[in-house]
Amino acid sequence: MAIISTAGLARTFTTKRGTVEAVRGIDLTVEPGEILGFLGPNGAGKTTTLRMLTTLLPPTGGAATVAGHDLARDPAGVRRRIGYVAQSGGVDPNVSVREELVTQARLYRLGKTEAAARAEELARDLDLTGLLDRKCAALSGGQRRRLDIAMALTHRPEVLFLDEPTTGLDPAGRADLWDLVRRLRDAYGTTVFLTTHYLDEADALADRLVIVDRGVVVAEGTPGALKLRHGGSPDATLQDTFLAITGRTPAAPADPAPVAV
Amino acid sequence: MLLHDTAIIFGRYARQTLASKFQILFGVLMPLLYLLFFGPLLTDLPLSSSAGSWQVLVPGLLLQLGLFGASFAGFGIIVEKNLGVIERMRATPVSRLALLLGRVLRDALLLAFQAVLLVLTAYVMGLRAPLVGILIGFAFVGLLSVSLASLSYALALTVRTPQEFGPVVNAVTLPAMLLSGLMLPMTLGPAWLDVLSHFVPLRYLVDAVRAAYVGDYASTPMLYGVLAALALCAVSVTLGTRQFRRAGA
Repeated sequence: MAIISTAGLARTFTTKRGTVEAVRGIDLTVEPGEILGFLGPNGAGKTTTLRMLTTLLPPTGGAATVAGHDLARDPAGVRRRIGYVAQSGGVDPNVSVREELVTQARLYRLGKTEAAARAEELARDLDLTGLLDRKCAALSGGQRRRLDIAMALTHRPEVLFLDEPTTGLDPAGRADLWDLVRRLRDAYGTTVFLTTHYLDEADALADRLVIVDRGVVVAEGTPGALKLRHGGSPDATLQDTFLAITGRTPAAPADPAPVAV
Repeated sequence: MLLHDTAIIFGRYARQTLASKFQILFGVLMPLLYLLFFGPLLTDLPLSSSAGSWQVLVPGLLLQLGLFGASFAGFGIIVEKNLGVIERMRATPVSRLALLLGRVLRDALLLAFQAVLLVLTAYVMGLRAPLVGILIGFAFVGLLSVSLASLSYALALTVRTPQEFGPVVNAVTLPAMLLSGLMLPMTLGPAWLDVLSHFVPLRYLVDAVRAAYVGDYASTPMLYGVLAALALCAVSVTLGTRQFRRAGA
């Protein structure tokens, strides 16, 4: 049974200049334990969709079930079972790593001692142990990202939503993060729903891709199947495939691929 | 759950406040300056037939402290919003009302502490008022702080930059101060000004605290003051919570 399923999920914003249909009707399903790459050009509706699925933004149309709970009827039930890492993260630079982790655990209703123990455990799992008593401002980009993810894993969620998790990371940081995501899925069976601009990241990490453009799903399948169907051959680059599907390149150019020699 | 969540949010922000001695003491500076440099001007003026000038001035300064202290509470949350802290908290099961209450309770407690400092200073300078009346005054400062801090957070969650936030707050607080008779009783002025001031909720709170400071507890100003304070509080907390429920990016 699918762990995420949406039907016609839509969001319209009313602005001074009229209505903007940010998301016009998303239909998708995600299986438990899957790593799903959610791709699309800038303004395609990726973040809006993610914010709806994480209960931060009420949909204006359609319906969705996330981790067995109806998005509209039981947002609290959804929140208890998902973790969310926004593009900007969400820690206060003036607060210590330990304080952020413990408070987050308390917000997920863990008791005082359990929360302190969980903070230690997360720090150990995500290689933050020596940093617990530093301020978040003192962390490097990669450490900050690991902390953001640790915050979202506090309550051992069934589904983890990551919004452009590797933007701004150096190549080593990105590779570490890919390993972490795979490890989470392999060790805990966590379902991972991630958006990205980087096609190499989608290719390397995702089991399946959903490509959105102008607020609707325009293609979905495994990277290999999409390349064959839209790029013309299983050896086509995902870049060409993406171009064939949307007519555009993803907004942020993918990291230049190393030239084969 | 609401109490549990509120306590956690309160704890987070109370620890941040305690770490900043500057923040704790700075808020009381403006009313203290009024007390020191404006109060002596009033000593021999016949402001009221039943009360000394300090009994008229200090209630005004207390509510002024609440007015300015709480109205700017939202500044900090603009930074937090841009850091993504608010969204991150909203993605957890934490009660939306607690996200507001934890913060405004910290603000109310800080302002109540500053109010105590103010009254102690005023006592040294010559204020004499019944203890019960003084305690009632603190309660009004607390209620006003909860109300205005809630509105301040609600506004702060709808703007993008501190530059948009400051002018709006000033545009509300300054007329509220002038029209509520914080500095001098409105009854001293022309009738039109007195009438106009009755449309400002703060006016009723000021009158009530002045009544409390002369021991006039079972009076019409006290009744109106309590009603106005509670109504303002209910409306403000509702608006603030709604904003946390549907806060934008």
